[in-house]
Amino acid sequence: MKFIQQALLNFARNSGEIFAISLKSTAFIFKPPLNFRRIINHLYLDGIKSIPVIFLMSVFTGGVLALQSYYALQRFGAEVFTGSLVGVSLTKELIPVLSGLILAGRVSASYSAEIGTMVVTEQVDALFTFGINPLKYLVSPRVAALLVMAPLLTLFGDFMGIMGGRLVAALVVNQNPNLYDSQLFSALEIWDVLSGMIKSVFFGLTIAVIGSYFGLKTEGGAKGVGRATTTAVVVASIIILISDFFWTKILPFSLR
Amino acid sequence: MIQIRDLHKSFARKKVLAGVDLDIEPGQITTIIGASGSGKSVLFKHIIGLLKPDSGSIRIDGEDITKLRERELYRTVLKFGMVFQGGALFDSLTVGENVAFGIMKPDLTAAEVSRIVSLSLDQVGLPDDINQVMPNELSGGMKKRVAIARAIAKDPQIIMYDEPTTGLDPIMADIINNLIIKVNGSSKITSIVITHNMVSAYKISDKIAVLYDGRIIESGVPDDIKNTRNPFVRQFIEGQADGPMQIR
Repeated sequence: MKFIQQALLNFARNSGEIFAISLKSTAFIFKPPLNFRRIINHLYLDGIKSIPVIFLMSVFTGGVLALQSYYALQRFGAEVFTGSLVGVSLTKELIPVLSGLILAGRVSASYSAEIGTMVVTEQVDALFTFGINPLKYLVSPRVAALLVMAPLLTLFGDFMGIMGGRLVAALVVNQNPNLYDSQLFSALEIWDVLSGMIKSVFFGLTIAVIGSYFGLKTEGGAKGVGRATTTAVVVASIIILISDFFWTKILPFSLR
Repeated sequence: MIQIRDLHKSFARKKVLAGVDLDIEPGQITTIIGASGSGKSVLFKHIIGLLKPDSGSIRIDGEDITKLRERELYRTVLKFGMVFQGGALFDSLTVGENVAFGIMKPDLTAAEVSRIVSLSLDQVGLPDDINQVMPNELSGGMKKRVAIARAIAKDPQIIMYDEPTTGLDPIMADIINNLIIKVNGSSKITSIVITHNMVSAYKISDKIAVLYDGRIIESGVPDDIKNTRNPFVRQFIEGQADGPMQIR
């Protein structure tokens, strides 16, 4: 009973702190002096350098989805709709969530490890002694970078996933690419892409804040850094998966 | 002047500071000595405001920093220069950028900042060409010296050293001792040193305070400490395993 009570108390405290860090670090982005150099550095390291892995994930997810959809729809004689199914599924759900999970693994882990190492080597304390708020200096450039890059990577992933599906439909199941395109454009709305990008803005914020938060909470030496990194990836992934359900409930399916 | 009065701090159920009273005189080197786990680092973090006490006060030039809001604390901490135990140099920045990081004058030109960086490195006996080196390429002693250069470049009123000679060979430790004396003497900065190295403590200190069991149990000039009859202090300064002190 005491254990459950303690766990609930920790959960409430951590949630409150994470919420406060989200608000403060987002507000710090717009508070001068703006740290463009650090933001650009993170745009490159965490966004641009994630392109290859997002590319691979998207192309193969699109390809697999096209293949599975084609055979499943064929049972009902509806394989012409492969393009529609691939387009809507990818843009609304698969690419935003899978990109989020990939970024959670790649970026959240690096944030918690880097900031955690700074904590255990007293570099974060040193920042304080220079009158610099670690949230402003360390967290807000990361938040700014992911608020921009997560939706852009999702948009890139949407395009590459649709292309992957088109390639597989044409080469593996010999579907006419024009048919794939026409079905894709007849079903896909701009809102499908936008709603996926809206989710990914939240996922980007989650990844940056969770990675930074567990980094800042690191205690102990190398073991503590390892623990913080694992916790950050797990928590960020869980939040992405659970919040995706609520975003899907909240956001309208179509604006037509 | 820094006045610490009846400072208490506990973590979970463990009492770390149990009523610390200490006066730190301006322009002097005050050394706080104590065994590992005696609460030296916790006291150190309270003095700069990194930790809030459960009760008690720390007055710096009459202002109680334990009562300050976060924003005011960020202003007050600018009075301090800090030399952390491992140096705490920013490992993503070069040595030059680390030293320049502390120069808190936005109206200075790049050339003026560069001149202060060179001057600060020179004061700690490091050549100017070390500017572009990354911290991970430096030895322990060099890291400490860069950390001191970074602290003095900030032109602080108070400079704090956390275990400045730990992990250094005796010669490098003495070089750091001389640097602490030189920095204190040249600019009349108030210096606070935390150490368990008695050789250093005797050499550099104007005043030594002994922390044990969360309290200052003795304080005075080095000769007072050397000649004390307090059995706890005697055990510590003579480095005896057996005695009244309970070492955790």
